[in-house]
Amino acid sequence: MARGYKYFEAIEKHAGLLGFFTAIMVSLGGLSEITPLFVHAATVEAPANVKPYDPLRLAGKDIYVREGCYLCHTQMIRALRAETERYGHYSVAEESVYDRPQLWGSKRTGPDLARVGGKYSDEWQRLHLLDPRKVVPESNMPSYPWLEHESIDARDIMARMRTLRRMGDPYSDEDIAAAPAALEGKTALDALVAYLQGLGTRFSANPAASLETEDAP
Amino acid sequence: MQTNETYDDHVIRLFLLAAVVWGIIGMTVGTYAGSQLAWPALNFDLPWLTFSRLRPDHTFGVIFAFGGSALIGTCYYVVQRTCHTRLAFPRLANMTFWGWQLACLLTMITVPLGYTQSKEYAEAEWPIDLLIAVVWVSFGVVFFATLARRRIRHIYVANWYYGAFIIAVGLLHVVNNLVVPVSLTKSYPIYSGVVDAMVQWWYGHNAVAFFLTAGFLGMMYYFVPRQAQQPLWSYRFSIVNFWALISVYMWAGSHHLMYTALPDWVQGVGMVFSLVLLMPSWGSAANGLFTFNGSWHRVKNDPAAKFMILALVFYAASTFEGSMMAIKTVNALSHYTDWTIAHVHSGSIGWVAMITIGSLYAMAPRILGREAMHSHGGMELHFWLHTIGVLLYVISMWTAGVTEGLMWRATHADGSLVYPFIDSLLAIKPLYVVRALGGAFMVAGMICMAWNLWHTAAEARRTPIKPIPVPEPAAIPAAG
Repeated sequence: MARGYKYFEAIEKHAGLLGFFTAIMVSLGGLSEITPLFVHAATVEAPANVKPYDPLRLAGKDIYVREGCYLCHTQMIRALRAETERYGHYSVAEESVYDRPQLWGSKRTGPDLARVGGKYSDEWQRLHLLDPRKVVPESNMPSYPWLEHESIDARDIMARMRTLRRMGDPYSDEDIAAAPAALEGKTALDALVAYLQGLGTRFSANPAASLETEDAP
Repeated sequence: MQTNETYDDHVIRLFLLAAVVWGIIGMTVGTYAGSQLAWPALNFDLPWLTFSRLRPDHTFGVIFAFGGSALIGTCYYVVQRTCHTRLAFPRLANMTFWGWQLACLLTMITVPLGYTQSKEYAEAEWPIDLLIAVVWVSFGVVFFATLARRRIRHIYVANWYYGAFIIAVGLLHVVNNLVVPVSLTKSYPIYSGVVDAMVQWWYGHNAVAFFLTAGFLGMMYYFVPRQAQQPLWSYRFSIVNFWALISVYMWAGSHHLMYTALPDWVQGVGMVFSLVLLMPSWGSAANGLFTFNGSWHRVKNDPAAKFMILALVFYAASTFEGSMMAIKTVNALSHYTDWTIAHVHSGSIGWVAMITIGSLYAMAPRILGREAMHSHGGMELHFWLHTIGVLLYVISMWTAGVTEGLMWRATHADGSLVYPFIDSLLAIKPLYVVRALGGAFMVAGMICMAWNLWHTAAEARRTPIKPIPVPEPAAIPAAG
């Protein structure tokens, strides 16, 4: 014990050694947990029915990020009985392959939104975003009235699509060129509603069947 | 050999001032944002005053602006005192102060304006992240260069924690913020989906580990023995805990993603390491508390020591709670509820804020050339305001969290849900009022502290403070 401690003492008296061993010890956890996921992610291709966001929904997703919706709403239905009962099929990894960053969230001051698409009408979503208490009197969600008056800058969205393409999202030149027409006359509110209405609908063809075939051994 | 050196305390005084100012701002923003959950009209329909934009402002303000300023300031204080040397590169040290304040100010302004990466606890966009990286490397250079010119051969354990804090936070910051910019104000992370979630919570959890734990343990290991006026209970125990803490913590981040689409093996590893983590956490807490053995009578009249003791109690309590919440079955109930909010706040306003306030009260008179703080009663008042605030906050959010968890999972015999979501909100709404009240108590305490420090510094503002000489080196060999 005492002899072993002598070697250990070297670390206590040498700043460089101390820093070196500290750096090694703090790196192990992340290397072990993140590297396999990273390598795995590089080999997985997105399922054919999961497409990158169209220009309007991309704009909507970035507004969702900007306004901080993810701070009160999760997009991650856990594999628990009460959750699937309330929100629908549990979320699977493939659904968020185009989410940079992912918006799984960590807190439910409001309900989960992973499969909110199509649950309410567009008009309900608009009213609710502008003044939540008009449709849900007890709600404590903030009003977002400014979204209605804000137009979407098509050039900005095209730049975002080009950046995402550089990172591997399969946008074609035509997809990007079509953005100005798709965004013509749209407001931030339109974009956010389009994004929300698309959430969870990408497995809509037959979510249960498609998921079960994937899970099959 | 005679040294003519004096300690470089100027930059520490600046950090002290900044910590108190940011503390008031960060906690006020938090109280205001929290109030909106009880009274949603309080955003006045203004984007930058809205809860969802202010919450990251609050978390950045208290963690990085308040906590960061206190950590860097005390780090500079501790490394000089425990190494018997002046700071290396004093101008670079000054630059770390102004750089850090600039980064904090820019973040606090841009985040409410909607410029955010949306990564929790790392919201600032990439130009600010670059500035933070530069400041952080400079901070590391000052710290390790000061260690290298120490006159005491043995590196005191507080510096180990500060060193690990600097190395790990640098690593976390860089890896988590790897993005491809679209413009000056918008970027996309190089990770997406599951990998992004893992990186985000590897960062998020270890920001707690190394910013809010290792850094503040460095503070604790210096200021607790100093305030108890006797040596650390067990030095070797502190070192065992050090290696255990820094190596185990980094594995535990995946406990934020239980039952999600993250691969199951990572969730399992995260849970196991979270449970193991209880040992070094309680080890450090016990070591700090036992250091007061034999001098408990002194505590009665020393508000700084009271803050430190309660901080250690909260540290033990919240690390126990954290390990329990990482058990999958407990997590199934607690996750996504206000229980998580209660947990982080018992850690942050219980442990982190209290050890900081205690240490600042211990340090301030020394660097301001005074015997003691201006008002003893002021410190006592602050202690009680803060303690009441923490208890109101934590107890109300615990109750809210467990209520939500139970209501969300309640099912009838046929498997259908008992409560619509809105019922759980109605059930806890009064508790959001209590939480806001708790926040108001803590802000009042911080204002009391600012008043006290302002008067403690009165003399220092009128006449130049006499620099404190570095003690003469004892007859031990120079640092290797």
